[in-house]
Amino acid sequence: MARANLLSSTIRLLDGPQTLGRGRPFWTSFALVLVLACAYPMFADGYDVGNNVYFFNWVFMALGLSLIWGYGGTLSFGQTAFFGVAGYSYGVISTNFGDAYGLTLVALIASVAAAALFSAVLGYFLFFGRISGVFLGIVTLSVTLVLERFMAQTAGPEWQVGTARLNGYNGMGGMPSLTIPWFGGDIVLFPDVQLYYCTLALLVACYLGLRLLVNSRFGNVLVAIRENPQRAEMLGYDIRVYQLVAFVIGSALAGLSGVLYTSWGNYITPASMGMTAAALPIVWVAVGGRSDLTTTLIGTLIVLGGFQALTIHGSQYALVVMGVLLVLTVLIAPRGLVFSLGALAGGMFRRKTAGRE
Amino acid sequence: MAILQTRDLNKWFGGLHVTGGVDFALEDGEIHCLIGPNGAGKSTLFRLFLGEHLPTSGQIFYQGEDITKAKPFERIRRGISVKFQVPGIFKALSVRQNLQIALQHHRLPEELDEEIDRLLEFLKLTDARYQLAGNLSHGQKQWLEIGMAVALRPRLLLLDEPTAGMTPDETAATGEMVQELNRDGVTVLAVEHDMAFVRQIAHRVTVLHFGKIFAQGTIDEIVSDERVAAIYLGDAHA
Repeated sequence: MARANLLSSTIRLLDGPQTLGRGRPFWTSFALVLVLACAYPMFADGYDVGNNVYFFNWVFMALGLSLIWGYGGTLSFGQTAFFGVAGYSYGVISTNFGDAYGLTLVALIASVAAAALFSAVLGYFLFFGRISGVFLGIVTLSVTLVLERFMAQTAGPEWQVGTARLNGYNGMGGMPSLTIPWFGGDIVLFPDVQLYYCTLALLVACYLGLRLLVNSRFGNVLVAIRENPQRAEMLGYDIRVYQLVAFVIGSALAGLSGVLYTSWGNYITPASMGMTAAALPIVWVAVGGRSDLTTTLIGTLIVLGGFQALTIHGSQYALVVMGVLLVLTVLIAPRGLVFSLGALAGGMFRRKTAGRE
Repeated sequence: MAILQTRDLNKWFGGLHVTGGVDFALEDGEIHCLIGPNGAGKSTLFRLFLGEHLPTSGQIFYQGEDITKAKPFERIRRGISVKFQVPGIFKALSVRQNLQIALQHHRLPEELDEEIDRLLEFLKLTDARYQLAGNLSHGQKQWLEIGMAVALRPRLLLLDEPTAGMTPDETAATGEMVQELNRDGVTVLAVEHDMAFVRQIAHRVTVLHFGKIFAQGTIDEIVSDERVAAIYLGDAHA
């Protein structure tokens, strides 16, 4: 009985009002997309599959930004700071301790925890100091740029943590890939089919977990704070705590992206925390539609794919296109292109089933 | 016994003395209206009660306890609730969600649905429950916010011009709502300009002028006070 209650309340949260995609049509398409994503490696070359994990790696950071910015109403320009902190932490820890006994998984958890801790300290001063709006954006951007500058000057031999050289602007490389201990011998997650399935599973788990979160009581309050912070506080909520928790969760997801990226390419550089890198998550999330997890996810994958295609096919203007895309989104569909299309489709569907709710 | 009391409360904004040594006592169980010309310091006094401003000097007591430095959300948790002048609702959320957010902090999950339905009926918003709050009429928005304030089951309800922009019918209905709440034991302090509304609900009236308490009494005493007429009612009736 208790278990049945738990199940029904979980379903209610997954399908709650704070997420755009709801009901049977949405979950049918969700299942379909998931099946296609699972089937994809059977029809593609392992090398390509491994390369395309790259796209998934960034989505965690985008979902985190959607939580902080889209749901919480706080523009953080510093997702890349936590990406970098976690990426470098993973590099240092895994280089020093190696990949035996599942130690890379410990390194993953420790690195994400480091990013979360860093964001908790920074966020404490931001939110309890009542810094908001554009100032919060400026402070978080400054933090990531400072980290980039700092890492860029670590080329000398004195910048060594244990056996791990930081290598300044050349970037840090050679750290082991994530490795899962297994009975018949460790499974090393090289950019190949195994890594694809692991990352996909992680992505689905994070996406569903965030859906639960934003439709929970916590998510209700977070959205209320975005809509009207004064009213939310005057309902008895300590809004600083809610904003801080959302910031830490979102930043930890950026950290997860950092670890996955570093482990995927066995490489991280200070440029991953630079100005260009810091601006890109804003573009992905804004273009898709920041105030919804699903539109953020779809938008991020589309924009990343487009960006990749432009870069590969010789255009030096890929970044300019990104900028133009952001401006157009703000002018034409401020809530996001995918979001607007989704809302349109949803509206048409709702009209058909009006009165059922 | 006074539920809310101030002792020599002062607030300066730079060289401007907006609250000047106010000693104010709100009796438990009354409906009290705060009136005064524009710029009399009504809103500032309200913000001092809520903790949105901190006083330059003086003290505020709620149920005998000093809350002068308490944060706004701490005051709300002690049983004070507020309805703002401009409806402070969550426009992008449905009416139902607005009430849920107001309620969920204080109620068990299994009580929520029933409580929301009860409030919707009290607010005459049952038919509009799935609408976005931003699409309601102005009067309905005001009611929704009153509902959110009431959802906290406050002991003290602060209303900042609750009938601003309402039609006479809506104003009268709001007055009945306030009286019903008062009968259930809620003390009410309202800033109000509409004298018909004040006459409908107020047990006592305080007139503020230049940040000081100018006069206090029943509505009839206030209306017949020539000094008050000179600064406020005279102008309003002219």
